[in-house]
Amino acid sequence: MSGHTEVGNYLTHPKGFWSWVTTIDHKRIGIMYMATTMTFFFIGGIFALLVRLELLTPGLTVMSADTYNKFFTYHGAIMVFMFIIPIIPAALGNFFLPIMIGAKDVAFPRLNLASYYIFISGAALAVWALMAHGADTGWTFYTPYSIRTNTSVVLVALGVFVMGFSSILTGLNFITTVHKLRCPGMTFYRMPLFVWAVYATAIIQVLATPVIGITTLLLVMERVLKIGIFDPALGGDAVLFQHFFWFYSHPAVYIMILPGMGIISEVIPVFARKHIFGYKAIAYSSLAIAGISFIVWGHHMFVSGQSPLANLLFSVLTMFVAIPTAIKVFNWTATLYKGSISLKTPMLYAVSFLFMFTIGGLTGLFLAALSVDVHLHDTYFVVAHFHYVMMGGTVMGLLAGLHYWWPKMFGKMYNEWGGKISWALIFIGFNMTFFTQFFLGYLGMPRRYYDYPPQYAGLNMISTIGSWFLFAGFLLMLIYFIRSFFSKEKAADNPWGGKTLEWQIPSPPTEHNFHETPTVTGKPYDYGVVKL
Amino acid sequence: MIAMLLFQWRLPQASNFAPMVDRLFDFILWFSIISFLIIVVGMVFFLFKYWRKKIPEDKSAYITGHTKTEMSVAFFLLVVVMVIFYWGWIDYKAMKTAPEDALEINVIARQWLWQFQYADGKMLTNELVVPKDKPVSLIMTSQDVLHSFYVPDFRIKQDVLPKMYTNVWFVANKTGPYQVFCAEYCGTSHSQMLAKVKVLEPDDFEQWQMTGELPEGMETKVAPAEASAAVSGAAASTQGEPLAEKGKTLFSNKGCTACHSVTGAAGVGPTLKGLFGHPVELVDGQKVNVDENYIRQSITEPQSNMVKGFQPIMPTFKGQLSEEEINALISFIKSLK
Repeated sequence: MSGHTEVGNYLTHPKGFWSWVTTIDHKRIGIMYMATTMTFFFIGGIFALLVRLELLTPGLTVMSADTYNKFFTYHGAIMVFMFIIPIIPAALGNFFLPIMIGAKDVAFPRLNLASYYIFISGAALAVWALMAHGADTGWTFYTPYSIRTNTSVVLVALGVFVMGFSSILTGLNFITTVHKLRCPGMTFYRMPLFVWAVYATAIIQVLATPVIGITTLLLVMERVLKIGIFDPALGGDAVLFQHFFWFYSHPAVYIMILPGMGIISEVIPVFARKHIFGYKAIAYSSLAIAGISFIVWGHHMFVSGQSPLANLLFSVLTMFVAIPTAIKVFNWTATLYKGSISLKTPMLYAVSFLFMFTIGGLTGLFLAALSVDVHLHDTYFVVAHFHYVMMGGTVMGLLAGLHYWWPKMFGKMYNEWGGKISWALIFIGFNMTFFTQFFLGYLGMPRRYYDYPPQYAGLNMISTIGSWFLFAGFLLMLIYFIRSFFSKEKAADNPWGGKTLEWQIPSPPTEHNFHETPTVTGKPYDYGVVKL
Repeated sequence: MIAMLLFQWRLPQASNFAPMVDRLFDFILWFSIISFLIIVVGMVFFLFKYWRKKIPEDKSAYITGHTKTEMSVAFFLLVVVMVIFYWGWIDYKAMKTAPEDALEINVIARQWLWQFQYADGKMLTNELVVPKDKPVSLIMTSQDVLHSFYVPDFRIKQDVLPKMYTNVWFVANKTGPYQVFCAEYCGTSHSQMLAKVKVLEPDDFEQWQMTGELPEGMETKVAPAEASAAVSGAAASTQGEPLAEKGKTLFSNKGCTACHSVTGAAGVGPTLKGLFGHPVELVDGQKVNVDENYIRQSITEPQSNMVKGFQPIMPTFKGQLSEEEINALISFIKSLK
């Protein structure tokens, strides 16, 4: 707890702005990613609130249809490419993956910093394009609309292309780090499950991201040079774009969710004082999900005109995703059995992950079943399902991780009551906003609708009011996180009693993480004494 | 509560597919509710029972897993999802197989309206009139970007693509007007790309075909000039000559008769008699069935799928024919039985 004062922590040592922008310390790079991506989360969130505000009543509420179409595009593009894909691996993964395997840094620290600047460049390009000319294609850029709209699709697509390289390089860095830099005694089966999850994610990042790069380049070539690739008017194939796009973007959904699952696997054992139930099953299911993620993309295209045979194959393959996912949910729940459970803020988010991700996962079954998907495809049911998985899953995992590791990252503790109230607002707000959308979708309301018939008015109003609760919750969170920086009290090195390596070093860690290379002799979740 | 809400919030079941889709929907819904309750009730129960105030930190159990339970859960789930998959596939196959005697109507979608072209020459905008209890097959194409033809009360949806045809069919089994949405984002007025399907008793439908008059309660309403929907869903209809007749005229006006006979006699190009719905052999040896998409492609890109034994001399008609005209030509070729 004390006695580390002779070495400065990574936040203050070395000092100065220049030392931050040129840092090759994985922790600082992680913090920089976190600040950037959380800013994008805030901006993307504002657009979500505006979209919901417009939908408060039918017809024109506050903005025109063209503005609405741009705003939902900004919301989707910012949240997907600039927030949810990078946030957990590049921010929390960068910070904790090396520490959790007893390493002093990632395998290629300079490349790590380069990844960050590539990400910033791509994001800046995309944001500038959005601000200067706008884009109204939705985050999916479906052709031929994206070929014909007179908004700045080219620049946004190039921004996505550039950000993709950042994702590939980060993935490459993590794979190498896990293989080469584990400390003595840190066998694969002693690695924390967060490391397994980020490792599986990194594999997808490296293998899938080049495809979105190629796709966006082809889109740019078609728009600029008028080469017919995707636009039937130029002799292209509109559905081909959907194949290319989802070949990346479906695995990308698992880039988004797997690290969140990894965090849940860390938080639940610590706060339940229990060994994780089925360590290997959870680790392997991460790899299984990563593998299956490459062969299910066609389930986004069941009514696109794709052949019935392709639909049959994609439907059956998609069903297999349910198995490893359900094993994880079952094992997390089973970990609570006969534990000693403390419901501190990180654990509140972890159990709400279980609650909402289960809904998100089960509603996926409706969409994987061919005949039912014909009715539900492109309706609010899909919007609700996606947000239950991404926000109810990934963002809950992220918030669990953020609250869990906050004292480690900054050496300060946030206000616990602030955390609990903010959690309640977010939990209520989220379910109000998105549960109603399952009904809207079943009742046939299509997505990306600026206006809607009067029969959908009541549910839309509830959904919009829910979004205000969500906003209040996040605002409160921002306040208590900022306040924690000014708190005089120093957080303990291991406030939750964690057994993984990051809790065995000072809070905040020193520049090189460990005074001496640690040697690991046991498993990461060895809690519990009462033998059965 | 969820189930109660759903039963009150049921959509009308107005087509042959609606009860079928709802049955599988309900099955997945109940399976989901039960699975959800097992997880969440279990979780909440554990949270209360093993709360740290009751179980001290150093009194938790040491359990690392139980492979048999995990495998049983996985196996049970595998069986259920395979049932869901197979059930969904069987129902979907029915949706993809239109009966031979279906009433065919051409649909042309464009930003931001729907046009319905009938064999007898009627052209309706944002209004589709169909008889009750008779299969209806829609042959759809788009003039610009992607659209999607969606009737929630029928549980049918199919994307509509430019430069090719996609198909959807249904049997409407309750009279009434039903909402049509465009479900694939298509730009500014995507949410105003609305239409109505009007399902009439067979007698009323015949009456409508002859006189163009819709029965009481189904009349075309002129859209009120509201702020929210200035033009959306405004319906209109025109009566032209029957589609096959129009196609016949085009067929001679465009000079097709010079090479293609309609009598079965050989010419510079293959005869079109008895062509539709039958297989042809292409120059690369591939056998394809002649359908709407094949004929369309032969008109716009004749060299791309040449029939074996003929010279590649046909000029392209790309950009020279409107969607309505291509539909008329196809309708004419179909009539050459």
